[in-house]
Amino acid sequence: MINWKIQAKGTWTLLKKELLRFWRVVFQTVAAPVITGILYLLIFSHVLDSRTEVYEGVAYSAFLIPGLIMMSLLQNSFANSSSSLVQSKVMGNIVFILLTPLTYLQFFFAFLIAAIVRGIFVGLSIYLVAILYIDLPIVHPWYVASFALLGGALLGTFGIIAGIWADRFDQMAAFQNFVIMPLSFLSGVFYSIHSLPPVWQKVSQFNPFFYMIDGFRYGFFGVSDISPYISLTIVLVFFILLAGLAIRLLKTGYKLRG
Amino acid sequence: MSKAIVFKNITKSYGAVQAVKGINLSIEKGEFFGLLGPNGAGKSTLINMLAGIVKPSSGTITAMGHDVEKHYQESRHSLGIVPQELVFDPFFNVLEMMRFQAGYFGKGKENYAWIDEILDKLDLTEKAYTNMRKLSGGMKRRALIAQALAHKPPVIVLDEPTAGVDVELRQRLWSFMKDLNNQGHTIVLTTHYLEEAESLCKRIGMVNKGKLIALDDTKKLIKRNAVKNLNIKINQRDELKIRKILSNFEILIANECLTITLEKIDELNSIIELLKENKIKFNDIQTTEPDLEKVFLELTKK
Repeated sequence: MINWKIQAKGTWTLLKKELLRFWRVVFQTVAAPVITGILYLLIFSHVLDSRTEVYEGVAYSAFLIPGLIMMSLLQNSFANSSSSLVQSKVMGNIVFILLTPLTYLQFFFAFLIAAIVRGIFVGLSIYLVAILYIDLPIVHPWYVASFALLGGALLGTFGIIAGIWADRFDQMAAFQNFVIMPLSFLSGVFYSIHSLPPVWQKVSQFNPFFYMIDGFRYGFFGVSDISPYISLTIVLVFFILLAGLAIRLLKTGYKLRG
Repeated sequence: MSKAIVFKNITKSYGAVQAVKGINLSIEKGEFFGLLGPNGAGKSTLINMLAGIVKPSSGTITAMGHDVEKHYQESRHSLGIVPQELVFDPFFNVLEMMRFQAGYFGKGKENYAWIDEILDKLDLTEKAYTNMRKLSGGMKRRALIAQALAHKPPVIVLDEPTAGVDVELRQRLWSFMKDLNNQGHTIVLTTHYLEEAESLCKRIGMVNKGKLIALDDTKKLIKRNAVKNLNIKINQRDELKIRKILSNFEILIANECLTITLEKIDELNSIIELLKENKIKFNDIQTTEPDLEKVFLELTKK
């Protein structure tokens, strides 16, 4: 039996490597999504601020910020674990990890935590830039923190699954463009689902991104489309299901060990 | 427990293709062992199964007494495997990669002196802070070897480590491996350079078409399958005549030299008699010792 200190050191090393990996290309992994988020904010708030009020007493630009923060957080958490895995597989250097005594759980948690850190780092950067010129309250900080953590974890896990599944960069790009992008854009980042026709309101309720964004927004304004308890439960259930699948794939060595 | 590695009834199938067909092989602790075989023989599959990258279809493998599947953490702690493919992580430099690799095995600062020693022995000290991407092919190969040694494993497995590597590094690497072997490390080597295996390995296993076709001490293996070469300096114009006379033998004529592969040493007399009877003049005659390459070709031909 390998002692816990050795196990902890192993997990920490993999986590450190994953954190350094995105930090080495910080312009691409943090600065670029922050700029994109800020551009969305500038353009949409300029066009719609005087015309739209989604929640009573909340300016459209203020309404938009939590959605943009969460969307960027989710996309970057997904990108971190998925791109790291697919790159390592394509370049063959995944073997450096496969040859080690790291368990599937150590592997999972190191990739998961790195994904959450990058997602939250990007989200926090957008928040800090946005509050320089837009007044944004935080009514329930614990909800903000819980949804940020769970959202990052859910998409980080989804990224692990996608990274294990994809063998090529184009497969990963397809996953990102045909799954992640539509789900995040159609989740209520730019609008409240109450403004949609009833059919699309129903459809939106099948989108897990909706619950993450709606619950996260509740943390800022204390107002949401549906109860934050329901959102939190749904996100948690999704996370548990995906984490179970990711751990199973890692345990069986699916597409990693022949 | 005196075995470093044990393969027991190992098979591996990919669909209908059976890549490994029931291999039994034990490698002793402290041995310098050579695993030889032509491309596609199953050597890398065996190593990948030992490493836990590929799962055997049946059979068991142990490394330092630990089952590589049931007790994979313990078994991998004892193994340092140099993969055949020249892979690298473009985000990091040589030193970072070595420290990460040691860290995965739970080794920290206390291991830094060992990492420095490896860098020195493999002539990588000057490249310690160079990004992996910027290294030449030979340097990447050194870094790959260095990474596998970073956690100071008792068993070191090198899968074709000298492919594309210059003579100087090859010699440096082998002298380092001999030192490690003298310190008690078990070394398992696969190579295409048969003279290397012959001079380094005390024991050799030959794999062909997924089967272990020979396993013995290197010297015994060469002796047991001994075939001598008889080299005779001739006149090139006698070539046709010679070919006719010696049609029962395996011969090669090039640059006024007739080379005959002898199955038995008794054949030497009859060949000389035949040449004399037919008035073939020869200026020089010598026999050369068999080498591993001949044995290898003989065995894989069967």
